[in-house]
Amino acid sequence: MSVGRLRLKTRILAVTVVVANVAGNFFLSLGLRHRGTVGLGSGAAWWETLANPWVFLGISALIVWMLSRLALLSWADLSWVVPITASGYALTALVGRMFLGEQISAARWCGILLITLGVLLVRSTAIRTTRGRHSGGTS
Amino acid sequence: MTHWLLVGIVALSASMGDALQTLGMKLHGEIHDFRPRALMGVAARLVRSWHLGLSLVLLGVSFAAFLLLLSVVDLSFAVPATAIEYLSTTLLARYLLGEKVNWQRWAGAGLVACGVVLLAL
Repeated sequence: MSVGRLRLKTRILAVTVVVANVAGNFFLSLGLRHRGTVGLGSGAAWWETLANPWVFLGISALIVWMLSRLALLSWADLSWVVPITASGYALTALVGRMFLGEQISAARWCGILLITLGVLLVRSTAIRTTRGRHSGGTS
Repeated sequence: MTHWLLVGIVALSASMGDALQTLGMKLHGEIHDFRPRALMGVAARLVRSWHLGLSLVLLGVSFAAFLLLLSVVDLSFAVPATAIEYLSTTLLARYLLGEKVNWQRWAGAGLVACGVVLLAL
């Protein structure tokens, strides 16, 4: 696979990892925020919670997050993936402000700025610095 | 003192889990075919990987230690303290996985860790 194509594929998958993580947390928060404490001892309460469409959507998004992260780690460096996908923290804060009406303090804005700078720095480095191993066909 | 021990367990087990997961995926080989049939084949191979199995155990240990940490300290301490995980993961990536970590990656991991600390305040 050419370097340009690999870079494009990596970017698409990295965005999938981040968006699936943020969406998963957002939908779970939406589904659980008016439920109060989930009764751990009650099976019926668990089923009722899981049957909530927002919770179901949240869990599905988190499964996509986990699988896309595994696929990304099959070729990209761990020291590249971990800081890059941390942009989900900043995005979660912004989504919370836009859709859930949460407040962002000055310190939190600084945090978002630092994470963005960190992501930009790591993004400028090579995606993979170790020898790769091919499998799983091409598409 | 107990809470710093718990912070250490949370960060180290999560970093070790991530490193083992990466090792397992690198040994499996690159995944470039995302058709459902191909992904089923990948899943069938991955469930036999001891690296991934152990990584899940370690991530479970990290999560359990984080819950224990939350039982003794506030969330506003727990989240920033465990942001050290970004640096321990980078250290393991460098020395265990042999990745070439240049100054941009160290600085990036450091900035992200500081950012997570500020977000949790």
